[in-house]
Amino acid sequence: MLDNVPILSLITFAPLVGSLIVLLLPGQRSQWLRITAIAFTVIPLALTLWLFAAYEPSVGGAAYTEHETWLTIPLNKELLQGFESSQLRFDYHLTVDGISMPLVILTGIVSTMAALATVHIRKRWKTFYVLFLLLLTGIYGVFLSRDLVLFFIFFEVTLIPMFFLIGIWGYYGREKAATRFLVYNGLGSAAMLLSFLLLIATLGLSATDSQVIFSGNYDVLLANLTDPQAMANLTADQAGAAEFLLNDNMRWGAFVLLMIAFGIKVPIFPFHTWMLRVHTEAPPSIVMIHSGILLKMGVYGLIRFGAFLFPEQLHDWSTIIAILGVINILYGAIIACVQREFKLVLAYSSISHMGIVLLGIASLEEVGLQGAIYQSVSHGLISALLFLIVGSLYERTQTTQLDELGGLAKSMPFMSGILLVGGLASLGLPGLSGFVGEFLSFLGLFGSMKWITAIGVLGVLFAAIYVLRSILSITYGRTPEAFENMKDARFIEALPMIALAALIVLLGVYPSILTDLMQNGFNGLLEQLHTRVGG
Amino acid sequence: MEHLQTLTWTDAWYLAPEVTLSIATIVLALLDLVLPRRINRDIIGWLTLAGLLASAVFVVWLMFDFKDLEGAAQVHTLVGGSYRIDDFGNLLKLVFIGASAFIVFSSLGTVRDEEIPIKGEFYYLLLPAVLGAMVMSSSGDLITLFVGLELLSITSYILVAARKNASQSSEAAFKYVVTGGVASAFILYGMSFLYGVIGSTNLADIMSGMQGAMESSEALIYVSLFLMTAGFAAKLALAPFHVWASDVYQGAPTPVTAFLAVVAKGAAFAMLYRIFFMFMTYFTLNTDGVMKHDVFLALAVLSAAAMIVGTAGALRQRNVKRLLALSGVANAGILLIPLALDLTRLHSSVFSEFIYYLIAYAVMNIGAFSVLTIVARSAGNETISGFAGLYHRAPWTAAGMTILLCSLAGLPVTGGFFGKLFILFATVQTKTYWLAAILLVTTVVSYAVYFSFIRQMYLRSGEVDSGLRLSWPAAVSIWLCVAGTLVLGFLPKPILEWIDKLFELPFDMLVS
Repeated sequence: MLDNVPILSLITFAPLVGSLIVLLLPGQRSQWLRITAIAFTVIPLALTLWLFAAYEPSVGGAAYTEHETWLTIPLNKELLQGFESSQLRFDYHLTVDGISMPLVILTGIVSTMAALATVHIRKRWKTFYVLFLLLLTGIYGVFLSRDLVLFFIFFEVTLIPMFFLIGIWGYYGREKAATRFLVYNGLGSAAMLLSFLLLIATLGLSATDSQVIFSGNYDVLLANLTDPQAMANLTADQAGAAEFLLNDNMRWGAFVLLMIAFGIKVPIFPFHTWMLRVHTEAPPSIVMIHSGILLKMGVYGLIRFGAFLFPEQLHDWSTIIAILGVINILYGAIIACVQREFKLVLAYSSISHMGIVLLGIASLEEVGLQGAIYQSVSHGLISALLFLIVGSLYERTQTTQLDELGGLAKSMPFMSGILLVGGLASLGLPGLSGFVGEFLSFLGLFGSMKWITAIGVLGVLFAAIYVLRSILSITYGRTPEAFENMKDARFIEALPMIALAALIVLLGVYPSILTDLMQNGFNGLLEQLHTRVGG
Repeated sequence: MEHLQTLTWTDAWYLAPEVTLSIATIVLALLDLVLPRRINRDIIGWLTLAGLLASAVFVVWLMFDFKDLEGAAQVHTLVGGSYRIDDFGNLLKLVFIGASAFIVFSSLGTVRDEEIPIKGEFYYLLLPAVLGAMVMSSSGDLITLFVGLELLSITSYILVAARKNASQSSEAAFKYVVTGGVASAFILYGMSFLYGVIGSTNLADIMSGMQGAMESSEALIYVSLFLMTAGFAAKLALAPFHVWASDVYQGAPTPVTAFLAVVAKGAAFAMLYRIFFMFMTYFTLNTDGVMKHDVFLALAVLSAAAMIVGTAGALRQRNVKRLLALSGVANAGILLIPLALDLTRLHSSVFSEFIYYLIAYAVMNIGAFSVLTIVARSAGNETISGFAGLYHRAPWTAAGMTILLCSLAGLPVTGGFFGKLFILFATVQTKTYWLAAILLVTTVVSYAVYFSFIRQMYLRSGEVDSGLRLSWPAAVSIWLCVAGTLVLGFLPKPILEWIDKLFELPFDMLVS
């Protein structure tokens, strides 16, 4: 049924089409603009769900793969010994597998909910929705593309709209937050690009009788990595191919650059300061996207490029990554305990939760890696839900300082209830999605690093403290007079809250809905690990 | 000494683009003289444009004419090889003529008498300047190259002073004369050593005499190369020879600034490539000594210094023309990278990277300068705060400018992105990682520079609320530049394939 439809391209470019349509609509009709924007987030969501229903983990995404040569660039023709031509080739290559599938679905859900939450946007609707939809195209592209240059372009495409979305529609310190976002992520992208080009120049090389091709295709890189005959693996004295040898130093260089690039995005301590500002200064609907999806691009990159291309290096570094993960967990959790601003509590809690993801990756076990992805999806849903509530709260109370809030359960019972659900999921209550992700990640690491895991688990304890402390001070206690007659959530606000809460519960009680998807996703990696690292 | 060759009538046909420009210059100069004062000098602007386009048609004609003969690249040399009609020259000529045509076109109806009292001269003096640039890109002899350089330089000095009544403009012109003269002197001094050692000014003769010269007087060649390097660095405004650029760019009328940034810089690069590419190839193939190492390193260090100094300086600059001058310094550094890379690796022809980025650079700069002309006029000053609230006043112009700025910053999907990507790939392939790292870091820092415009345009409200008045030629040329930037970003392939097909080292660069 899906055979002849380029479904992945449709998912990726539907928001772009939407953005062009929004551009043509009159700027004063905020309703029209909003409905169009929501429609164009629902279309890719529907397509991802369709894909989800049709996807068979045992077969993988081969049926949906779209692979065209995008650019072939002649490099030179002189001074080539024995070759007629040399090309640089970038492909338009989209595919999906057990690792990207959960994140694509997450993107579909969170982006739709964020689009519903844009009712709080009060100015320049047209520009907002154009950028919002453009951002989505970038995100889908990142998760679906399998060519290094294409991936990089989509990754960068998310940068520019985010800069505007933070800078124009954010709170008081928006400009600084936007600039900091741009510079940090720009540095990350620079590191990534250098690493990618290094890989293309060595691993990407394949030579036929008359042609030399430098390819950016991920599959080519992966194949050349394990092929002993590939130019990148020949030693200097073999065939005089020293130019293309990917020696150990270069491997390490490329690996560390990738770690920095995606570590900034995740973010790994000490690269996290930009993300705190974005959390507090960006408008809530954008934080939903940022905390819910954009941080996961870092996780995805760590797994897709860090783990799959450099399993040996990652294996050697697994202790370091686990320690970094524990630092993230404890640093985030402890600081979250003393924050007086609810958005900062959530920001530090995000750092803490992303630390758990790092533990899952460091385990290099199937369970742990599944846990990392599971935790990413779960945290995406939870933080989207919490920031959705923050947006609605702020609209009514004009503050998110914990001291000034209180007793909201009386005037807003529904929102307070949902807030509690989100909070409980965040602290890892069994039966909600947060628990499964944390459990799998810790379980994965426990086999190899018992002590580090044990220290990491302490973070869960702190999570209970900061979550309950902040939620209780918002919902219970004395109600300030000004808040007594607040209205509870409107229908358009309640809808995404219910949907997200329901998904959190669903993932909590029925984890195999995701773990089945991921079942075969890590096979290749694990085989590689066992043969090359020796267990 | 071989006996001097003279120009024949058939040779003149190959000079058609240059001859067209000379005739147009003379005719327009006379026309400006006899036309009554009350007639708007825009008519001369239109005729200048017509002259440029006619010349471009001849260049294209010659390019196709060559291809018909054998299918392979052809070179036609005139007057004993001192003038060469080859694809390297033709490609660059097209870039120069196209860029100048855009500058003239966007000035029509925008440049006012109060700003440039000598509007007629301003238009037709661009023609000999372009002619100089064309001679520089198309010569096979040191003397001819130098004549082209001086033709371009002297007309540029006059153009910089075109705002006759502004003291800033005269000051800029004076500074330009002094520094430009010094740079020319350095280049000429360096050339004199080459001539002294090899006994010829012809590039082909120099190439074949290199072996002997290196054996007999290596030190003199060394001195010669370094004098020329310094001279070209000053012409190109590479750090640390860049200090004049900010003052001159600021003082000159904005269209002239655009001309200096794009055509004058491109022409100096053309000449540098003509002379240095040959040396670089010679060193790569024939020696391993200290000289090879030093020459490559000197160019790489110059380019790194230019990128760092240009970007760091632009960071705190509030005057837009000075800012774009410093951005031009950084971009000159990037354009120099292909020449500074060791050619022994597989990636040997770095010319495509150079010319692709030059085209992207030309398109985005001319667009940005056109926007600047209009914005600065309505704001009354040339500071960056003049862009404040542009989004509210003229959303489409702001959007166009945003695309141009993204290209300058090297963000996808624009010409600037792919240009930088190719150059970066070349540095990675030749394993010059330190240069790659500097290119990347300065690029990221430059985000802060270019996004400060975006901050003004979108996040600040300006003092002026009225809309922006654009003359239609200016609007058309801005949007053509924006479209060009996007096309270069989305479809680099046809252009690069075309360049690759045209350009062949042995024919175009005297490498054999």
